[in-house]
Amino acid sequence: MILDKKTLLDAYRRLKTIREFELRMRAENEAGQLPGFLHLYCGQEAIAVGACMQLDEKDYIGSTHRGHGHCIAKGCDVGDMLLEIYCKQGGLCNGKGGSMHIADMNKGMLGANAIVGAAPPIAVGAALTAKTLKTGGVAMAFIGDGASNQGTVFEALNLASVLKLPMIFIYENNGYGEFTGAGYHVGGNDIVGRARAFGMPGENVDGTDFFAMFEAVGEAVQRARRGDGPSAIEASAMRYYGHFEGDPQLYRAKNEVKNLMENADPVRNFVTRVTDSGELTVDELAVIDTEILAMLDEKVEAARAAPVPAANELYTDVYANY
Amino acid sequence: MTIKTMRDAINEALRQEMQRDPCVIILGEDVAGGLGGTSDVEEAGGGVFGVTAGLVQEFGRDRVIDTPITESAIIGAANGAALTGLRPVAELMFVDFIGVCLDQIMNQTAKFRYMFGGKAKVPLTIRTAMGAGWTCGPQHSQALYPILTSIPGLKCVLPSNPYDAKGLLAQAIRDDDPVIVFEHKMMYGEECEVPDEPYLIPFGQANVTRKGNQVTIVAFSRMVLLANQVADKLAQEGLSVEVIDPRTTSPLDEASILDSVEKTGRLVVVDESPPLCSMASEIASLAACECFDYLKAPVVKVTAPHTVIPATPSLEQIYIPSVEKIESAVRTVLDYE
Repeated sequence: MILDKKTLLDAYRRLKTIREFELRMRAENEAGQLPGFLHLYCGQEAIAVGACMQLDEKDYIGSTHRGHGHCIAKGCDVGDMLLEIYCKQGGLCNGKGGSMHIADMNKGMLGANAIVGAAPPIAVGAALTAKTLKTGGVAMAFIGDGASNQGTVFEALNLASVLKLPMIFIYENNGYGEFTGAGYHVGGNDIVGRARAFGMPGENVDGTDFFAMFEAVGEAVQRARRGDGPSAIEASAMRYYGHFEGDPQLYRAKNEVKNLMENADPVRNFVTRVTDSGELTVDELAVIDTEILAMLDEKVEAARAAPVPAANELYTDVYANY
Repeated sequence: MTIKTMRDAINEALRQEMQRDPCVIILGEDVAGGLGGTSDVEEAGGGVFGVTAGLVQEFGRDRVIDTPITESAIIGAANGAALTGLRPVAELMFVDFIGVCLDQIMNQTAKFRYMFGGKAKVPLTIRTAMGAGWTCGPQHSQALYPILTSIPGLKCVLPSNPYDAKGLLAQAIRDDDPVIVFEHKMMYGEECEVPDEPYLIPFGQANVTRKGNQVTIVAFSRMVLLANQVADKLAQEGLSVEVIDPRTTSPLDEASILDSVEKTGRLVVVDESPPLCSMASEIASLAACECFDYLKAPVVKVTAPHTVIPATPSLEQIYIPSVEKIESAVRTVLDYE
């Protein structure tokens, strides 16, 4: 697959932004700066970026509790995301959603979701809107290996198939559902095969390979836009960190994470490929790195300094009117 | 003005709202009459209660959508559709089925607007049949509105006659918040005069179905009919009973209830739900907290018992609050010195 330079630079910026964003959040959490739970996306960056770069703003995604990567890949403003994660005024959800509920209706981001398996039926509804209003849009749901066992996911697959909706199911097999290994918790040991059983194409993809993701999702999106119905992709990429920050990860072998970082790094995979081919230079990438780090310095500082929501915000926006 | 059944009044509200707004769709089990069977009849029924009959012929299968039996996906898809520009009316065939889709109601639709910082609009209506009396047994007979009333972010509507059913449903569909409309399955054949043209009944405005000044009865859904019967019977003895139908439990028209209790000083609450954490408890608490000095007698609650609804016809009749029990409660508060 050959991509133009603009697309490659865009992909790298998104991949690297997610990586650095998450590393910064990890440090901020350790420094006691963040309220609530934090679920990091490091190791899975190529899945969100490869998938979301095939979408535009009229398309929708439903995300998970591990949603920062999806937000960034779908184009949410990083500064407003940070304000949200710090639960500050001006955050994407005015500081009342936090890390696990970041949403941006203007970007087609229907919400990170703290209930495992809750987003796929909602994304199916967005696909129903696209079909009913003939917008030409599609909807996509991200589903962890853990969520793949939830009944809601099976119901979403079936309804999307029955109604032939413009829908893409992206299974992210990151090796663990919370503390429990996918090798144990997935009956039949074939996640995407479950989707195929609902009559849709289902493909296994290396989730650390941006190019493989981009290509596979591209076919699924085209199929959806043509009106040929839903597709599913199982992308495998192990997460680098725990289920949440603070997870002691006693369920992982000693060298597992070290090996992953050395051998299954989606960001490094991308860099190696584009520099080996001569499509991008190390210097071009270094410029982007510098910009991202400076941007994060500035935005994190702003988020730390931003005011918390006023006390009366506790009561606002429960209803449109009541 | 025409005499219409509750079933026809609801159907008319759906039809008129779908004519008015192309973003209104209906989805649920068998709402278009069922697909995939051996019959070549375009529409066999319009849902198990026939409420959506005829709509698929007028609006087509893209707007009147037969779904599989898949409550989480019905409500979930309706949530996503509402977030993205449609105004869906999802049918949850029996409210008892919230057991398999409560997450989508409680954690998703009820919270979207708040947890997305007021930037999401959720114009979702869920219509659902409730209530005992058809000997449908433990899992098809409950009146589960107290559970859903307790959840911030939801609005709960309980029509007690065809006129209210039409106006409240039209309001629910036009409302920008998620609304659950509880239709009592014993009342689909109830009749009254219903205007042919569209109209709205605002939420949070109680209806005084009987005027009186000696005792207040607050009743919900089908219990309003029973309370009215009691009021009419006692009126023949010269007793003056006021019956208040809040029509919506969330928002709740507390002012109308309190005004009446301040006038009468005596309160009976009639609720088809079991007593713990019921609307009966809520209204009794309201009176105790807000107009204690006006009360001339302890509040009496007439509710279903804290038990499972049996399939047994004779036992189900004991379960449901009756005219006799309501009358007895009214006499108790009137006789209290």
